[in-house]
Amino acid sequence: MHVVVVTKNTPDTAATVTVKGDGTIDWGDSLVVNPWDEYAITEAVLLKEAHSGKATVLTVGTDEHQEALKHGLAIGCDQAIRVWDGALDGCDSLGYAEAVAAAIRKLGDVDLVIFGRELADIATDQHVYQVARKLGWTMLGYVAKIQALDVAARSITVNRLTEYGTQTVRSTLPAVISVVKDINEPKYPTFIGIRKAAKAEIPVWSAADLGLDAAALQPRTQQLRYQELPKREGTVEIIEGATAQEKAAKLIDRLIEEKVL
Amino acid sequence: MSQGVLVWVEQFKGKPQAASWEALGQARTLAGGGPVTAAVFGQGVEAVAQEAIRRGADRVLVADDATLADYRFEPFVALLAQIVREHQPAIVLAAATIAGREVLAGAAAEIGAGLLTDVTDLSLEGGKLQAVRPVLGGKVLSVEAITGDGPQFATLRPRAFPAPEPDPSRSGEIVAVAPVLAEDAIASKVEAMQEVTGTISLTDATIIVSGGRGVGGPEGFDPVRELAEALGGAVGASRAAVDAGWIPYEHQVGQTGKVVSPDLYIAAGISGAIQHQAGMRTAKVIVAINKDPEAPIFKLARYGIVGDLFEVLPALTAEVRKRLG
Repeated sequence: MHVVVVTKNTPDTAATVTVKGDGTIDWGDSLVVNPWDEYAITEAVLLKEAHSGKATVLTVGTDEHQEALKHGLAIGCDQAIRVWDGALDGCDSLGYAEAVAAAIRKLGDVDLVIFGRELADIATDQHVYQVARKLGWTMLGYVAKIQALDVAARSITVNRLTEYGTQTVRSTLPAVISVVKDINEPKYPTFIGIRKAAKAEIPVWSAADLGLDAAALQPRTQQLRYQELPKREGTVEIIEGATAQEKAAKLIDRLIEEKVL
Repeated sequence: MSQGVLVWVEQFKGKPQAASWEALGQARTLAGGGPVTAAVFGQGVEAVAQEAIRRGADRVLVADDATLADYRFEPFVALLAQIVREHQPAIVLAAATIAGREVLAGAAAEIGAGLLTDVTDLSLEGGKLQAVRPVLGGKVLSVEAITGDGPQFATLRPRAFPAPEPDPSRSGEIVAVAPVLAEDAIASKVEAMQEVTGTISLTDATIIVSGGRGVGGPEGFDPVRELAEALGGAVGASRAAVDAGWIPYEHQVGQTGKVVSPDLYIAAGISGAIQHQAGMRTAKVIVAINKDPEAPIFKLARYGIVGDLFEVLPALTAEVRKRLG
């Protein structure tokens, strides 16, 4: 069984972000593995261990995403691949999905592709579903549990968290899944793992290696600028009172005045 | 000729997803005088189609079929893509629910169209969609635009746009459409659905009462639940409470949980870490209840009560029952 996990580095979620006068942002340049991908990478390693298979960690991006690949290797992925090319600079989710799908096709024998639920920086998940569509594979999003995976029978059964409840779906392989944090406890790299990852040679595949067509990488959307959040009006009003009952009564008065009750 | 706006209206077992009406309202605004078409996929969805007309659709394309009874990626994406190819709408919208995000992204990939996901503001600038989206854990807003030609796709964050009231005097046309994929061409099969019963979904909720580390244990959520029930609201939680195993992950609000925009968000025993704020800062009114007057949540809140949540929450519940019950 061959499982591929797709990851990326994103700005540290604890970083302070400021918007500069020219509409660009400053976030201190500290990158971490996209928080959702820690679950995805862990799941890939758990599955390859359980099924005596192979796990590949893949990224599409510049060498600043190398750390996400090394994290994958350090916790047990067998190989890492980075896809990058000047032609991918400025591409949007469609171009990104085209590149991921092409890399998966080049790997050839892939049974399952795993993504984290979304990317914490650009706050979107659209690339995940677009990879599935470009491959023509089933998409099982928001997976909280893999109930069964039978590689020989080409079958996977998962629990998906939806707004309406937990959906249990069975599908044929190959498939693309995205995982939420309920799926596992993320693994942390061991000292030996980190040393092994540091020494690993990570191949870089170009647009030409993947047979990517420039027209397919053409962006259809553009990021124009960043804006500060609108300031929240006023400051907090601390409700005072001698007893909890008195405070409660005052708060309810305010909430009725605000028309939220 | 591209014209008009198409809205994918989501439903579950014949019940419309409320956020779809918000998308329909926005479609009316963006369409100007042009036609607004709704697309409804499911089984037994005639009532949803009728409501779509009352909420602003001029025409509803209804695919009523057993293969569409439960949401699945392949048949829904194939059908929406086919409808877009056939009708060539200028704009395609849906609520940014889990299914809405999947279906529009899949169809946009098939068509090669630009997509703006989970937007909180939307306008047309020179015929192109321009949107505002919260990014980087909700810490800043990103302004993005469609640049490509052809249909322009966007999904709208639930509760970020007003929902039009139903107008019983509106009339419109209902057109039946056939599914694209037959059952044996669909790789996924739904085996079971364990519905969330008796509780209100966090995404739809106008009121949310959330508990954090301060509730101290699974039983600590009892007063949180009681207040939520008295207010007709949903129960949320911080990551700390979920990670401690006090409440299931479905309730988590924040960066790695759900992003919510209720009218009222009551945070009890939640310090308000930046990751939690990412999930709730767009709430209209935030109330913080915490023992620690220095907790960061008070900086975000409109109202605060410094005190023991085990005294304050039951007092609030009693007061709500007295006044509203």
